[in-house]
Amino acid sequence: MTASASASAPAAHLAQLNVATLRHPFDDPRVAPFVEMLDPVNAAADGAPGFVWRLVEEGAADATGLRPAGEDVIVNLSVWETQEALWDFAYRSGHLEVMRRRREWFERHVEAHLVLWWVPAGHLPSVGEALERLADLRAQGPSPRAFTFASSFTAAEATQHLQAAPPAV
Amino acid sequence: MKDIDAIAVLQDPVRRRLYEYVAAQGREVGRNEAAEAAGVARTLAAHHLDRLTEAGLLESGSRRLTGRSGPGAGRPAKVYTRARAERSVSLPARDYRTAAELLAEAAEQAGLDAGLCAAARRRGEALRGSATPCGDLEEAVEMLAARGYEPHLEDVEGVDEGATGAAAHVVRMRNCPFHAVAERFPPLVCGMNLALLEGLLGTDGPVRARMDARPGECCVVVETSKNNVD
Repeated sequence: MTASASASAPAAHLAQLNVATLRHPFDDPRVAPFVEMLDPVNAAADGAPGFVWRLVEEGAADATGLRPAGEDVIVNLSVWETQEALWDFAYRSGHLEVMRRRREWFERHVEAHLVLWWVPAGHLPSVGEALERLADLRAQGPSPRAFTFASSFTAAEATQHLQAAPPAV
Repeated sequence: MKDIDAIAVLQDPVRRRLYEYVAAQGREVGRNEAAEAAGVARTLAAHHLDRLTEAGLLESGSRRLTGRSGPGAGRPAKVYTRARAERSVSLPARDYRTAAELLAEAAEQAGLDAGLCAAARRRGEALRGSATPCGDLEEAVEMLAARGYEPHLEDVEGVDEGATGAAAHVVRMRNCPFHAVAERFPPLVCGMNLALLEGLLGTDGPVRARMDARPGECCVVVETSKNNVD
């Protein structure tokens, strides 16, 4: 990349949120196979090429205990360097096995359950911000502000929608 | 170039051998190596490899085959890999790709994973016919090659196969026959693919199919059942 290109295009990272509605309580034996896969799959994410960050509940190994979108809805919020890196992790790693069996554990969502958006590199999205993006996608359809794998936008297309990073104190 | 013209380029037997050799390696291949494999002179191989590149069937790049860089590392050599683009010809024109995508989209929206997998497993079993479950990995390689999966044996690091001390192998596949649809609906179509292969190979025989996705390959790995630890 040339110096002028890097100066005009701020570094952006791809944030993703997905929500999943549990069919049974989290400690139900029918959900146990999913719970068993959490640690290895999260470890694979942490070591995956292009991984930047994922939401973790304080004092826990994952965010399954946080229920900001409803008592029976678990959220998965993470940040990646590129869309390709996220795609390869989601669908070309041990995570695919979790996806394959999703109907055993989760209700089918009629509305969008995954949203992607660009953030300035270094910005860690809050859960509230992530749920706003999902609401945007559900209400307006895919746009540079909130999109999906099937209808994606580049960081350049989303430049004016990049949320400003919180001021450095 | 139209698909039918690109495919016509493969009619030449030397070109076809070169294409098949490069495709089977799953990595960059230099001119010397390809010439040797096809049993032709280097200049003839170079001509045909460039012809295949022009037709969009191969992609070329340059790399220092010595693995060194900087002054004294030598001139970069031209290397070839199979192009990712997909070619198909149907006479008369038919469009099964769009049909597959629409059916997958509808199945995804309706949450029909279980029904699709059941149908795929039945199809796999029907393809196997009355034959017993697949006997060993060599037999699996044959069955998978016949279905276009481009299988190859791969060593499993750190695993010894019992008392023989021989390294264990698994079958991995370079090609996903459902690639275009699998990229758009991965959990649905990859799940279907696994069920199809479970039906084809059998689920309680000496070998088994398991999902073990990696970038750039089929999502399934085939291994001997005795590797199981469950």
